[in-house]
Amino acid sequence: MFKILKYSFYDLIRSRWTYSYGGFYLLFTLSLLWLSNDLSKVVISLMNVVLLLCPLIATMFGVMVYYNSREFTELLLAQPVRRTSIFLGQYLGVAGSLSASWVIGVGVPFALYGVFGSPQAANFLMLLFVGVVLSFVFSAIAFFIALKNENRIKGFGLAILAWLFFAVIYDGLLLLSLSMLTEYPLEKFSLIASVLNPIDLSRILILLKLDVSALMGFTGAVFRKFLGTGLGMVVAFAVLLLWVVGPVVGIKRVAERKDF
Amino acid sequence: MITIHHLHKSFGKNHVLNGVDLSFDQPGITAVLGPNGSGKTTIIKSILGMVLPDEGIIKVQNEDIKGRWRYRNQIAYLPQIARFPENLTVAELLRMVKDLNTAITHDADLIEYFGLQEFLDKRLGNLSGGTRQKVNLVLTFMYDCPIIILDEPTAGLDPISLIRLKELINQQRMKGKTILITTHVMGLVEELADEVVFLLEGHIHFRGSLRKLKEQTGEGNVEKAIAKLLVTGH
Repeated sequence: MFKILKYSFYDLIRSRWTYSYGGFYLLFTLSLLWLSNDLSKVVISLMNVVLLLCPLIATMFGVMVYYNSREFTELLLAQPVRRTSIFLGQYLGVAGSLSASWVIGVGVPFALYGVFGSPQAANFLMLLFVGVVLSFVFSAIAFFIALKNENRIKGFGLAILAWLFFAVIYDGLLLLSLSMLTEYPLEKFSLIASVLNPIDLSRILILLKLDVSALMGFTGAVFRKFLGTGLGMVVAFAVLLLWVVGPVVGIKRVAERKDF
Repeated sequence: MITIHHLHKSFGKNHVLNGVDLSFDQPGITAVLGPNGSGKTTIIKSILGMVLPDEGIIKVQNEDIKGRWRYRNQIAYLPQIARFPENLTVAELLRMVKDLNTAITHDADLIEYFGLQEFLDKRLGNLSGGTRQKVNLVLTFMYDCPIIILDEPTAGLDPISLIRLKELINQQRMKGKTILITTHVMGLVEELADEVVFLLEGHIHFRGSLRKLKEQTGEGNVEKAIAKLLVTGH
C-alpha cells in the first residue's frame, strides 16, 4: 500500500491542479494577512473559507482522480498486489497531496508572519488540522461514491450533491426544523444533528478552540453547555476521526467486491 | 496452466458467461476469439481476479485463485487500453512496477527493442497512443512469467513495431509458455495461433487447431471460417 501511496502522491504533487490549489491558498492568506493585523480575525475568515472550499475541492479531486486513473488501476490490479491496498494507497495519495497544498498554502504565510511566537499559534494549528481532516473526509466520501458508480457523470453528480448536502442543505434543514419545533427541548436533537455533519463538527471544533461565543451558533452553544469546552473538543475530535474511518471502511468493502 | 470450471458471470441482467469450461495446459498460443460482448475480456479478467465470478472455480498453476493475489506474479497481462498516470515519466512508471513486483526483469533489452530510450524521461501524458502501447508491451514482457495474456496487443502499433511484437510473441512460445491472445485482427491469428477458442454468447462454440477450424467450416482462411462460425452459430 505504501508503495502505491508513494507513487500516487508523487504523481499528484506535480499536477497543475495541486499547484493552483496551493497557490490559491497562498495568495488568499497573504492578502488576508496584509489586510488585517489581527491574527484571530484572519483565522476566522479562513475558517469560513476552509469549511466550504476544502470539502468541495477534496470531493472534486477525489472523483476526478479515481476516474482518471481507472485504466492505470486495472494495470495495478493485474499485478501481484492486494486489491484494497491499491485503493487505499490511491486515496491516501489524494488526501495527502490535498492536505500538503493546504498546509503549505496557508502555513507558509502564517509562519512568515510569525504566528508560532504569538498566542494564536494553537488556534492556527487547529485550523490547519481541521482543513486536513476535512480533506481526508471528503476525498474518502468522493472515492467511495466513485467506486460505487461506473458512470462518471452520475458519480460526479452524486459527489457534488454530497458536498452540497453537508455544506449547505444540511444547515438549512436543521435551521428549519429548529424554528418549527421551538416549543420542544431541542438540545439533544441538535447535538446529534451537528455530530452527523463533518463540516458542522469542524466549525464547532474551531470555535470552541477560539472561544468566540458570538459565532458559535445554536449547535456550538449546545455543545459547550452540555460537554464543556474540554470534553466538547474531545468528542468533536473523536467523531471527526470517525468520519474519516467510516468512508475508508466503505472504500475497502466496495473495493473487495467490485468487478473491473 | 489454467483450469476454468463451470464459470458463470452476469452483469445485471446480462449473462455474459454461461458455464464456461476451459483449460489451457499445453504450452503454445491460443487465440480467444468471438464477437464483441461474447465474454472474451470477462474470461481474461476472471483469470486475473479483476472480475469476480458468480459461480465456478478458476485454478492457476493448480491453485484456486479465489481471494488470492500472489498468484498474479505467474501471469503477464497486457490490458486493452494503455493509460497511465499522466505526470509520471516512463522511467518512473517502470521503476514503480518493478517496485511492486520485485522479480527479475528484462526491461532494458525491451526498451532498446522497441526504441523507447529517448522517451524514458518524457511524461506519459505527452506520449502518442502507439508509444504508450509500446510502454505497455515492455511492462508486460519484462517479467519471465509462465503465463502470458494479451488483450488486443496490436492496437495503435506501427508496422515495424508490429513485426517486433510478433517476433517477441514467437520467442516466448519457444520458451514453452502458455499464451492467450484476444484480437479482432485475423491475420495475427493465422500467423501466430496454435489453437483457436471461439466464444459465442457466453459459451465455447468452437475449440481446436487452425486446421480443424478450416476443415470444419470448409473455408480456406481464418477470417471467412470465423465469419461462417458466426453465421451458423446464430
